[in-house]
Amino acid sequence: MTALLRKPALLLALAALTGMAMSPARAQSAVTEGQKLAFDRGKGNCLTCHVIKGGDLPGTIGPELKDIKSKYPDRNELVAIIFDETKRNPQTMMPPFGRNRILTEQEISAIVDFLQTL
Amino acid sequence: MKPRSALLLGSLSAALVAFALTSPRVVAADKVDPVADAKAFRNFFFQKFPDVKHEDFVNGPYSMNADMKRQWQEKEEFPPYEFALDAGKEMFATPFKNGKTYADCFPNGGIGIRQNYPYFDEKEGKVVTLELALNRCREANGEAPYSYVKDEMASLTAYMAFTSRGKPMDIRIPDDPRALAAFENGKRYFYTRRGQLNFSCASCHVQSPGERIRAEILAPALGILNAMPIYRSEWSGMGTTSRRFVTCNSQTRAVPLEPQADEYRDVEYFLSYVANGLPISGPGARP
Repeated sequence: MTALLRKPALLLALAALTGMAMSPARAQSAVTEGQKLAFDRGKGNCLTCHVIKGGDLPGTIGPELKDIKSKYPDRNELVAIIFDETKRNPQTMMPPFGRNRILTEQEISAIVDFLQTL
Repeated sequence: MKPRSALLLGSLSAALVAFALTSPRVVAADKVDPVADAKAFRNFFFQKFPDVKHEDFVNGPYSMNADMKRQWQEKEEFPPYEFALDAGKEMFATPFKNGKTYADCFPNGGIGIRQNYPYFDEKEGKVVTLELALNRCREANGEAPYSYVKDEMASLTAYMAFTSRGKPMDIRIPDDPRALAAFENGKRYFYTRRGQLNFSCASCHVQSPGERIRAEILAPALGILNAMPIYRSEWSGMGTTSRRFVTCNSQTRAVPLEPQADEYRDVEYFLSYVANGLPISGPGARP
């Protein structure tokens, strides 16, 4: 940190980064919101097909949602899967949540925040 | 043989083999072939579930899960569709105001004939389902038609299925281009994705039978109509084939068709034909 403080440009960059990233409290509320959306039958309803920690009576069609951060280090990939997985796999059962407006972009983003905690 | 002619012969035979391999597929894509379709459909399920007895597919989710099957068999001692069956039997025997009965409208007095429905009516040029035939019978005798989805219609079809239990499904496709077109149209409807959730009938009932959506086990498409009508705990009551199609459409957030719309009649024709040979098991009970 002392090294950083001595370099004004780096300090500036750091300040800009923290400003862009969400504050911890906001990040936590996005995760909570994401979990709610993921379990809600009228929204993500992810539990219908996937085992998810903390969810009751999961279905068996999709893979268990765990170790998501190591499997998908790039959150954009998760966003793309939720938005329209038929693009990657035309045979998929997974509904195109974004393309068919089941979820908004913000809702998808919140679900991705939640998935990355699994 | 000179090397050059051997090469020529070799490539010629390779071309012939390639032609022989690809041409049947080309023909199959061009021509409506219900016999081949039904065989492929059945074999898909027989190979996917080698341990399920063929005649057991008509028991839907219970054929896929031993625990559920045991619970269901116990329930069958006092089946939840019994009240509908009794009501249907009585309705069937009660004359219309003109003195005629349902028996007058059907071959063999309507007893033991469920396995022949739906059939292709060459006069009308369309598929006629049992539900449709029942309402036409009522209207021809001056009675108001029933709702297609439940109550009286479910009771009548429950009774007619019950008198046909164990008889192998026996759907005919006459040598009529309109009948073949109806079969093909039903097949297309079955495999087409629709609705906000983007599911086809096949997504759940061909790709995923035996899998669970939350706590519910998905039924195999093979023989799914042999059990109709059904008592569903989820409905707290009886439902007909029409009701099954309408609810499937709404559950996938598609716009359901009117009961007995041409597409529903055609998809019933397709699904029943591919189940030929499997026993009638209706009325059924489902979670």
